[in-house]
Amino acid sequence: MKTQRVRLIAGYIVLLLLLVILAAVNICAGSADISVSRLRSALAEPESDKVAYNIITQLRLPRTAAAAILGGALAVSGFLLQNFFANPIAGPYILGISSGAKLTVALLMVLSLSQGFAVSSLGMIGAAFVGAMMSMGIVLMISGRVKRMSVLIVCGVMIGYICSSVTELVVNFSDDSNIVNLHNWSMGSFSGIVKGEALTAAAVVFPACIAAFLLSKPMNAYQLGESYAVNSGVRIKAFRALLILLSSILSACVTAFAGPVSFVGVAVPHITKSVFGTAKPVRILPACFLGGAVFCLLCDLITRTLFAPTELSISTVTAVFGAPVVVYMLLHRERGRANV
Amino acid sequence: MSETILRAEELSAGYGRKVVVNGLTLEAQRGRILTLIGPNGAGKSTVLKTICRQLEPIGGKVFIDGRDISSLSGNELARSVSVLLTGRIKTEYMSCIDVVEMGRYPYTGRLGLLSAEDHELVKQAMELVGITELAERDFDRISDGQRQRVLLAGAICRRPDVLILDEPTTFLDVRAKLELMDLLKRLASRQNIAVILSLHELELAQRVSDTILCIKDSAADRIGTPEEIFSDGYIGELYGVSEGSFCEAYGSPELSRLTDAPEIFIIGGGGSGISLYRRLRRKGISFAAGIIHENDIEYPAAKALAAELVTEAPFEAVSAEKLAKASEIMRKCGRAVCTVKKFGTMNVGCRQLAEEAEALGILEKEENI
Repeated sequence: MKTQRVRLIAGYIVLLLLLVILAAVNICAGSADISVSRLRSALAEPESDKVAYNIITQLRLPRTAAAAILGGALAVSGFLLQNFFANPIAGPYILGISSGAKLTVALLMVLSLSQGFAVSSLGMIGAAFVGAMMSMGIVLMISGRVKRMSVLIVCGVMIGYICSSVTELVVNFSDDSNIVNLHNWSMGSFSGIVKGEALTAAAVVFPACIAAFLLSKPMNAYQLGESYAVNSGVRIKAFRALLILLSSILSACVTAFAGPVSFVGVAVPHITKSVFGTAKPVRILPACFLGGAVFCLLCDLITRTLFAPTELSISTVTAVFGAPVVVYMLLHRERGRANV
Repeated sequence: MSETILRAEELSAGYGRKVVVNGLTLEAQRGRILTLIGPNGAGKSTVLKTICRQLEPIGGKVFIDGRDISSLSGNELARSVSVLLTGRIKTEYMSCIDVVEMGRYPYTGRLGLLSAEDHELVKQAMELVGITELAERDFDRISDGQRQRVLLAGAICRRPDVLILDEPTTFLDVRAKLELMDLLKRLASRQNIAVILSLHELELAQRVSDTILCIKDSAADRIGTPEEIFSDGYIGELYGVSEGSFCEAYGSPELSRLTDAPEIFIIGGGGSGISLYRRLRRKGISFAAGIIHENDIEYPAAKALAAELVTEAPFEAVSAEKLAKASEIMRKCGRAVCTVKKFGTMNVGCRQLAEEAEALGILEKEENI
């Protein structure tokens, strides 16, 4: 009990520190290097250093904020899905939910480009949500028939491939100069996110995360099995529907702004749980959010700086860190089963 | 008279439209243990699931403390009824105390944080069940017996009126089973809880229950005290096994008897022959036995397994008539074993039988069979 509390407090302090440091580094580092002192003076007196002020407020701050908010959203979305499927390997990317969202967003974008109408951020989120729910529906249908998680994951990956190839097809058939942007987006990237988009993302993500946090009590009971939750007085249908809804909204929001971002949803909750030594949602859910934010800030920093001025796609970097974690978890689970 | 806390009236239970159990009426009293027994698939679990509202009843009603459970909120019902189900629970990063604390669920607030009182009740429950030292252990890495106890502690720290357990002994070894039964007995009387459980182990049901409800062919077949249920060959009838192969006194079953002509005659008594009877039955060798007193502890096994059996009335010395009968059967068999090591006044006849076998040269040693 004591050690658990110490671990919790220490963990949260470390995460918050990392968040602040990485956010600062993200704002300062880049093709135009801005020192911390210059950052401070520019923010204090915008007139004195117009260039730095513009770079910071127009480009880096929105991007940093978006990376943090969307990273957190992905981790929370993954955490909700893991609880829903009672399996630590579930996540929005692995189950094909991000890809479903990607497909509908791409369709909407291509349509808007060819027809010449503009789509608002909320419209994009809406489209992504529709796609996410479609993938989710298929995944749920499969999970109703097969109980084995490995089968479900393979199906999820296949859904992902199908959606991606259809997306590629759509993108190839539409000939527009803007398609370059679309292509970048479909690989996943935090670049080019403007202030308004970051604010919209925050307006969607924060309420959804708070709602998820308020579900931590029934989620905890659900971790002991569906019947256990029922016997504890959880209204199971409403609860399950809410879990699905919230995780879909969160991953849809991420996809709408940053495209599909891989493995964050699986790797971050897993690392957080093992570092904190607990899976109690009320203790761990905010940590998942912070962890996702830190993880995405770090990865985004790498995409921008590793081969600057060329940018990598965010999934390239998150996969390098995230995929080994997933492989490790699969192996670990199998070994655990063999020992029982 | 104890207070009735749960009552099911004319309950019909099942899945969807398929009725599994029909027109069942049962009552559970505080401080008492009600056990459901019956063949596989008879609907024990279905009944249990229905009285804790995991399944909607197809017909009839369930009342707790006089209130229809369909009118209770999930939370009210959870405060009153704790359930322990079969099936392994897979958890990750969950310590045992976390699991026990979940038991307070219906009493905690929005975020499920425990009050000082909740912590105290959790502590008490863990002490009562004897798992205090497991508190920080990972729930996924303890034995099945320990896991069952942790879940039980969670169930009772809720301070329910009714505790429902669906085949709680399934994954447990003998010792864990006995400990669990002891614990249930103690819980029922100390916390004045009505315990309702289903069991496959008849010997446990016989020992632990205050009342036994037998379910057969989708209806309550018989209800009564263990003495009433374990009599008149009823258990054999309930499970559809042949008469005599179930020992009512011990609640234990035997394999069915072989009916071929016996090859070996066993001179037994006082329990000395039981292991040989079972060994011969396993090997598929038909045998006869005698001369066993009807109050002898090996009588039930001999009666269940021997193709032919010579018996004597309780506390009577072996009569000449019975001796002659036994001798005749023994000669027909052509082989004999004497498992009795000590003879007294009551079984002088058995000694004579053994001597006769010796003289005939057909007496073999038990080890050589």
